[in-house]
Amino acid sequence: MRHAVPQPTVDDIREVIAPHLDREGPLLPILHAVQAAWGCVPDAAVPVIAEALNLSRAEVHGVVSFYHDFREAPAGRHVLRLCRAEACQAMGGKALSEAVLGKLGVSWGETTADGAVTVEPVYCLGLCACAPAAMVDGRVVGRADAARLDALLAEGAA
Amino acid sequence: MRIWVPMDSAAKALGAEEVALALRAEAEARGLEVEILRNGTRGMIWLEPLVEVEIDGTRHGYGPAEPADAGAILSGESDKALGPVESLDWMARQTRLTFARCGVIEPLSLESYEAHGGLSGLRRALQMSDEEIVTEVKDSGLRGRGGAGFPTGIKWETVRTAKAYRKYIVCNADEGDSGTFADRMIMEGDPFCLIEGMAIAGLGVGAVQGYVYLRSEYPDAIEVMTRAIETARAAGVLGADILGSGRAFDMEVRVGAGAYVCGEETSLLNSLEGKRGVVRAKPPLPAIEGAFGKPTVVNNVISLASVPVIFEKGAQHYADFGLGRSRGTIPLQIAGNVARGGLFETAFGMPLGEIVEGLGGGTATGRPVKAVQVGGPLGAYLGPGQFDTPFGYEELDGAGGLVGHAGLVIFDDTADMLGLARFAMEFCAVESCGKCTPCRIGAVRGVETLDRIAAGDSAAIELLTDLCETMTDGSLCALGGLTPYPVMSALRLFPEEFGTAREAAE
Ligand SMILES: Cc1cc2nc3c(=O)[nH]c(=O)nc-3n(C[C@H](O)[C@H](O)[C@H](O)COP(=O)(O)O)c2cc1C
Ligand code: SF4
Ligand code: FES
Ligand code: FES
Repeated sequence: MRHAVPQPTVDDIREVIAPHLDREGPLLPILHAVQAAWGCVPDAAVPVIAEALNLSRAEVHGVVSFYHDFREAPAGRHVLRLCRAEACQAMGGKALSEAVLGKLGVSWGETTADGAVTVEPVYCLGLCACAPAAMVDGRVVGRADAARLDALLAEGAA
Repeated sequence: MRIWVPMDSAAKALGAEEVALALRAEAEARGLEVEILRNGTRGMIWLEPLVEVEIDGTRHGYGPAEPADAGAILSGESDKALGPVESLDWMARQTRLTFARCGVIEPLSLESYEAHGGLSGLRRALQMSDEEIVTEVKDSGLRGRGGAGFPTGIKWETVRTAKAYRKYIVCNADEGDSGTFADRMIMEGDPFCLIEGMAIAGLGVGAVQGYVYLRSEYPDAIEVMTRAIETARAAGVLGADILGSGRAFDMEVRVGAGAYVCGEETSLLNSLEGKRGVVRAKPPLPAIEGAFGKPTVVNNVISLASVPVIFEKGAQHYADFGLGRSRGTIPLQIAGNVARGGLFETAFGMPLGEIVEGLGGGTATGRPVKAVQVGGPLGAYLGPGQFDTPFGYEELDGAGGLVGHAGLVIFDDTADMLGLARFAMEFCAVESCGKCTPCRIGAVRGVETLDRIAAGDSAAIELLTDLCETMTDGSLCALGGLTPYPVMSALRLFPEEFGTAREAAE
């Protein structure tokens, strides 16, 4: 089961974006703040942000869609990011990814049927000297193997 | 008893937190008076978590440590004992200028930073005119460490002489290249060094505001940098009156949003301004019309973090290291399938083979080295036949490669070179900003063409070669323009894996 897209009110959204409005180049900080609050950039936020920054909705939407980080719907309860880049490939990263995706029964970017885990590709975590690398909910893992990732996901999955 | 356990994210990824907890618990159980300090990493990633214990004023290393080693480390009888850390071959052979403090000090302690030479460069710069500051950087011979190798002093001079009421220092901390982690390591291990470098840059060009554009994939670095900036501001190192000089400089961290192309400087500026990270045509140069349309220095983390030592020790001291037009030191990042991976700062000029075999100790799997990708995902694959190439801008260029951000990714003989060439095209397709057809469409065609080659259609090799030429000639930035480097070098080095005889590829 996928988490429902949150439906914040206009006032909720205004409150979250307000602290950033006076910054230079406020849009990225605003989008990060919105995503931190609701786990995604909900459709309802786009017109509110557009109005506050004097941009068109299309402009805001264009920015949201450009960046890999911003989601239209919240991820699963846990996000597992597996590095696909070269240094990790050199240490068996590809086989690890295939094994993990296969076991969870998802492809890149998908969430398991129970809503527990979303698996995303990442292109380098700066852990290239202890490859293959992964990140479980912001926690870094070096010399990752399937058993260790399983354990970390189980640890977090209460 | 003082003990250090690194808080660097590579050390954490290998269990440093668990080791720190075990040491604390064990010390308490034994009623020992122990102070556990958190340092950055020394860069010997294969020894992480590397615990250091002070014995008679010298720091002794134990690694790679596991929680179960805690007791033996505390009683000094662990079989993970390595002896004095600074005497280890890997440390003793380096010239640590930029990374002198990394792994030594506690990253967020300004006192510890100053005690190890920090802020003396900034104090000296505050006695100099803007012109003298820029001349000092020019004289050091420092070239941009982000990839293009442009002389830093010349860039600063353009911004210094540009007339504007507002200018910016933008630090490029997007570090997207696979095989690189020097930016992350210094931001997590010695963040004040970057702050000091940016403040000196501000004084040199007349900018009072700086931004660190830091990739979202580095949550630890974001946290350390943010806290360091707050600490520096509270201590008067940043703000309206830096070190009581009456001069102003302040800065903040801006978090990226997962686009590799935003490491390209003009795309980065668009992103900073809150736009899509599309590459801008040059001219105008960012030095003339950069962030928010104002003259802007865009420099890589390592370029800026090398500035304090240049001012502390003098331009000549820095320029005395190196080879040809590659002056100073370069933090080599040795990664991938390697026995001893990590960061090694040394003067330019070390031959590739010495780096791979001598420092790295060959592959982690113990199999023969097949190829090394130098300089990130846009860098060429070089084979053992090219291992006598000295590590320098012109020298690597001569061998058909590039320095890039100085990462080296090592592969053993099981590497699938056609698969890696396909990956390079796929990566370009995923990350393309979409502005140029040769890059946006060409990379997708490149993936298809490589699939045809993999399926046995060797006639597609000519197509691939043409496609690469089109991408090289018709791309606005190096993403589309240099993706042919890894692709064509793989084909040239290992034609048999592309289903053809060596002659056919040449
Ligand atoms: C696709 C692409 C990605 C880049 N990524 C980075 C990066 O992550 N970090 C960086 O410092 N420079 C990167 N660069 C180089 C920058 O455009 C620019 O040359 C550099 O930030 C200038 O700083 P420097 O002179 O100190 O090297 C990239 C260039 C391209 C074309
Ligand atoms: S080469 Fe690719 S990434 Fe670079 S400007 Fe063109 S489309 Fe954008
Ligand atoms: S390539 Fe995977 S962490 Fe750098
Ligand atoms: S430069 Fe014009 S399409 Fe790429």
